[in-house]
Amino acid sequence: MSSIRIKAKDRKGLVDVKCLMKHNMETGLRKDKSGKKIPEHWIQDVSAESNGKVVFTAAFNTSISKDPYLAFAFAGKKGDSLKVSWKDNTGATDSAETVIK
Amino acid sequence: MDRRSVLKIAGAVSAATAAMFAVPRMAFAAYSDAIFKQKAGADALQNAYGANATTPSDQVKLKAPDIAENGAVVPVSVETDMDAESIAILITENPSPLAITADIPAGTKAMVKTRCRMGKTTQVTAVVKSGGKLYTASKEVKVTIGGCGG
Amino acid sequence: MKKIISHVAFGLLGLSVSAAVVAGPAEDRAAFQKFYENRFPDTPVADFQNGVYSILPAAREQWEAIEEFPPYELSIERGEEIYNKTFANGKSLASCFGDDGAVREKYPHWDKDRGMVVTMELAINECLEANGEKPLKYKKGAMADVSAFMSYNSRGQSINVEIPSDDPRALAAYEMGKEQFYTKRGQLNFACADCHMHTAGMMYRADTVSPAFGHATSWPVFRSKWQSMGTLHRRFAGCHNNIRANPFKAQGEEYRNLEYFVTYMSNGLEFNGPAARK
Repeated sequence: MSSIRIKAKDRKGLVDVKCLMKHNMETGLRKDKSGKKIPEHWIQDVSAESNGKVVFTAAFNTSISKDPYLAFAFAGKKGDSLKVSWKDNTGATDSAETVIK
Repeated sequence: MDRRSVLKIAGAVSAATAAMFAVPRMAFAAYSDAIFKQKAGADALQNAYGANATTPSDQVKLKAPDIAENGAVVPVSVETDMDAESIAILITENPSPLAITADIPAGTKAMVKTRCRMGKTTQVTAVVKSGGKLYTASKEVKVTIGGCGG
Repeated sequence: MKKIISHVAFGLLGLSVSAAVVAGPAEDRAAFQKFYENRFPDTPVADFQNGVYSILPAAREQWEAIEEFPPYELSIERGEEIYNKTFANGKSLASCFGDDGAVREKYPHWDKDRGMVVTMELAINECLEANGEKPLKYKKGAMADVSAFMSYNSRGQSINVEIPSDDPRALAAYEMGKEQFYTKRGQLNFACADCHMHTAGMMYRADTVSPAFGHATSWPVFRSKWQSMGTLHRRFAGCHNNIRANPFKAQGEEYRNLEYFVTYMSNGLEFNGPAARK
């Protein structure tokens, strides 16, 4: 199952998007129970695409909270597709697609 | 951590995620250590945008709490009516102040909302890149240790 | 008028429960609600369901920002998966609680046959054990997720805890819960009432203390502090740790009776869990 949850609503031609991405966003500063540092592990790049066009991109450092929340808005309409993808510092990727309501 | 490549598509045929990131993007948006691990905000902005001279502007609308309920999850939002190419947020007291850059293609609203970690009371600065120049709005966010801890 | 004198059942130091003359639970509840309405006259009654956010505008703004996409939604999803997962015997939690688990309004209730207060989390484990499954830990994890799912589907249900008049043991359980609420304990010598009633709305260092009226409506809760989901009994134990008192066992008699009392005090409000809190 994707780590990305998307809510996308057409409000008079402006699509309001809210995303929640399940990810620990480890800063690399935390220690585990044995005292060992937990390695940094965080989403670095996020990209959103609708109808084949890139509508939003963002890059993060570890100052972004665990389970990152991202909201943005773009010109679009109900029924269009919206795909949100991320890439983290290990090279792992994930994406989710939805239909704008 | 395992390398993980998970695609979830609701119905339609999937385009490989790699293709997603091969789409031509504005150069200053992509993550790099050279941008995001800078210890000084000015250096981060220089590497992100090629400039670090900023001008305060009341057209940059920064929303963040005066006193954060919890420093791990502080809601921050930036919005402007200016024609913006990119928006960034700097958290001065964090080890690396540049928290996020967001690219605004044509047709996208100059707005971004997210939740940030703040280790202690800090200045938070919203930066808007418009017409090649950087405009800012700043405020202090207090981060406290609660009395009822636990 | 029936005179009820609370008596001490625990060997605690610094006890200061006043032997108040009260008529009964219904009168207690009316007085309780009145106290908070007087303390916070600008707060609409239903808003007490939102805890400290009903009395602190600055904190409320942050809470509303979190509610744009609250972290407990991930918990609800996990809870739904667990709820629908088939047991070894072919049944599932749905077999006990129905397709959507919208049974929040039934808890807590007095179980006459067994002579005890039954809470929703207790019922969840009883369903699991009756079907040969391993019970869940009560404070967080899977139990909190399942409770979040069931509570979410129950949003809007009225709180209407009953104390059956034909069983004096039910009233005794309520009275034990009430005593828990008003009894000072721990090294800091606080009662629930000291913070959540007498100084509700005031600050302890950087925290504003929430009113107890409306406390039971929004559980389980995703606390930013925990960065995870937790049940009401997790919070009871946390509060007791804060005042340096030994916490009671989750779903033990003390916390179940305390839940019985605290929920009864919010009769008339609606269940609005799960919730995001500081």
